[in-house]
Amino acid sequence: MFVRGLKRKCFDGEEDIEGTLAGIKAIPSYNLQRQSLLDMSLVKLQLCHMLVEPNLCRSVLIANTVRQIQEEMTQDGTWQMINTQSTGQACLDRLVSTDILCRSSREQAEGKHVPGYSAFNKDFEGDQAQDSSETMSTASSVQAPRNLQSNVWEMENPQENKGNFQKSLDQIFETLENKSPNSVEDLFSEVDNSYYDLDTMLTGMMSNTKMGHCDGLETFSSPTTPASNSNCKSDLNELDHIVEILVES
Amino acid sequence: FSGAGGGNDIQWCFSQVKGAVDDDVAEADIISTVEFNHSGELLATGDKGGRVVIFQQEQENKTQSHSRGEYNVYSTFQSHEPEFDYLKSLEIEEKINKIRWLPQKNAAQFLLSTNDKTIKLWKISERDKRPEGYNLKEEDGRYRDPTTVTTLRVPVFRPMDLMVEASPRRIFANAHTYHINSISINSDYETYLSADDLRINLWHLEITDRSFNIVDIKPANMEELTEVITAAEFHPNSCNTFVYSSSKGTIRLCDMRASALCDRHSKLFEEPEDPSNRSFFSEIISSISDVKFSHSGRYMMTRDYLSVKIWDLNMENRPVETYQVHEYLRSKLCSLYENDCIFDKFECCWNGSDRQVSFSSTHTIVMTGSYNNFFRMFDRNTKRDITLEASRENNKPRTVLKPRKVCASGKRKKDEISVDSLDFNKKILHTAWHPKENIIAVATTNNLYIFQDKMN
Repeated sequence: MFVRGLKRKCFDGEEDIEGTLAGIKAIPSYNLQRQSLLDMSLVKLQLCHMLVEPNLCRSVLIANTVRQIQEEMTQDGTWQMINTQSTGQACLDRLVSTDILCRSSREQAEGKHVPGYSAFNKDFEGDQAQDSSETMSTASSVQAPRNLQSNVWEMENPQENKGNFQKSLDQIFETLENKSPNSVEDLFSEVDNSYYDLDTMLTGMMSNTKMGHCDGLETFSSPTTPASNSNCKSDLNELDHIVEILVES
Repeated sequence: FSGAGGGNDIQWCFSQVKGAVDDDVAEADIISTVEFNHSGELLATGDKGGRVVIFQQEQENKTQSHSRGEYNVYSTFQSHEPEFDYLKSLEIEEKINKIRWLPQKNAAQFLLSTNDKTIKLWKISERDKRPEGYNLKEEDGRYRDPTTVTTLRVPVFRPMDLMVEASPRRIFANAHTYHINSISINSDYETYLSADDLRINLWHLEITDRSFNIVDIKPANMEELTEVITAAEFHPNSCNTFVYSSSKGTIRLCDMRASALCDRHSKLFEEPEDPSNRSFFSEIISSISDVKFSHSGRYMMTRDYLSVKIWDLNMENRPVETYQVHEYLRSKLCSLYENDCIFDKFECCWNGSDRQVSFSSTHTIVMTGSYNNFFRMFDRNTKRDITLEASRENNKPRTVLKPRKVCASGKRKKDEISVDSLDFNKKILHTAWHPKENIIAVATTNNLYIFQDKMN
């Protein structure tokens, strides 16, 4: 039985979102909303303008929202550590992320424009797949967001659900690794595949250097960090890093 | 305001609109700041393309007593250019974030304009005469052969067509790692502050190679960053006092006499959260986008996403007044988060000081923008509010603007607009009120509207 079929119903746009489905499946509905909000927030954190520094206030507010959701999910017990990722899909993700990062900010901005906020005004869950994929497809990554969305529905398969969250984290790591929102030292921070904790993810975004120059060089020479090699911008940034090190020494 | 009042309410009329007519907005033309100078004679706008356009009010026509002077272009100049930060491989936008005028001390006008990283002091001066009758030079500037000079004369100044020149007198650079969101000139007219996301610096207008850091909220460990500075302003009368607002909805008042680094506030203004309204978006909508002292300095006004709050500086635990700008958006916050509108930074402004709204009373009115090219005004005395629209459809001079109303729910009355029909791309973020008269400047995306009250 598909959850989607169950939940779809005629929705009066003026009703409060949380008022729908009152009594029938109130708890999953809230969880789905929350998960969707979390996914949306992660995508927002990831899709920064490539040429101009991202707005720090906006990033901080979104990160705080993500933290809030994480805290609540931890209390609920719905937050679990992610252990493995399927390698096949991971490769796809890296390609996908490459695509995102190689697009100009203008393309992203234009594509990102949502026709109207009313997309979310309807039944939150029923139309969510289409509407969100409208939003997400602008990021040009076809595979990952659709997986994200379609797997949101499969409540019986929490493992896959977490796997998709893992994908979005990976995408963020790649973005973080190849961009420097605030500090050159960010570029030196190592991306570790066992890095699944949300706090560490946020750390990667916000933190100053945690490693010295030597460690940074080791990161470059190490072929085992999968994310760092896949991005089309990484070469350019590696050059920058090396120049940085040379200049500073 | 809503028409019910007697002769005391202002009736706003369309006066002028500046900017391109077509709907296709060039990104560089997006207006990013609007500011009247201290006399109200000049009105400056900054745009995303780094340009400053200054309008000047015509002298009042004695024969046409029913209208005030029009604003016409006085000077246009490129204030900031796009730059590239090679260290970070990032562009520095040329967008003008703020303009602040200095009070006039001589014939020239001075203003500060800033983009994300650099503040510039511009001198705008007029030239309406030039010397003529040199002995050694021709009129076009070529030097004459001295042997042809047979008589001597004294050069005289003769009138010429007015020329307005803008020249950068000071450039205050390299003091901000993060994006500058505010500049504020001190009441001593010698110093000013500039605020970015994490730090506030104090400058002397004459000195460009040094600034003092007076607030620093950057955590030692950036992992711990949860709050940023969103706006800052000097007190209008106390040159040692300033306030800054944060993304968590707090305002801190600091006294520079207390210590060199004002990391400890003298006062902290914060309203306790309403638990019944709590959601995942509570923090985002509490983020303060603008803070403005009243002219007296007794009050300050803050703008967050849904409301305008008036604070008494003597009371820290809650505002004295709260005005709802567009409460009907509260149930749409998720959509507004999705399309990023929830991060829009609306400004707010007070009406001019000690002005008379009508013959018999002096009112304090605050103004702020909203979506669908609507803007709102709240009268603190009558407690009435009005919603008006900046649109080319009402562009007959001296036509009184019709109040607008948004229908939040239920049956939509005639002439009301439903929330779902609002255009969220048409936002009014920047408004300004003439310091002495009932003239307001309202910026839509790329047009500047000027409205004035109906004079009888």
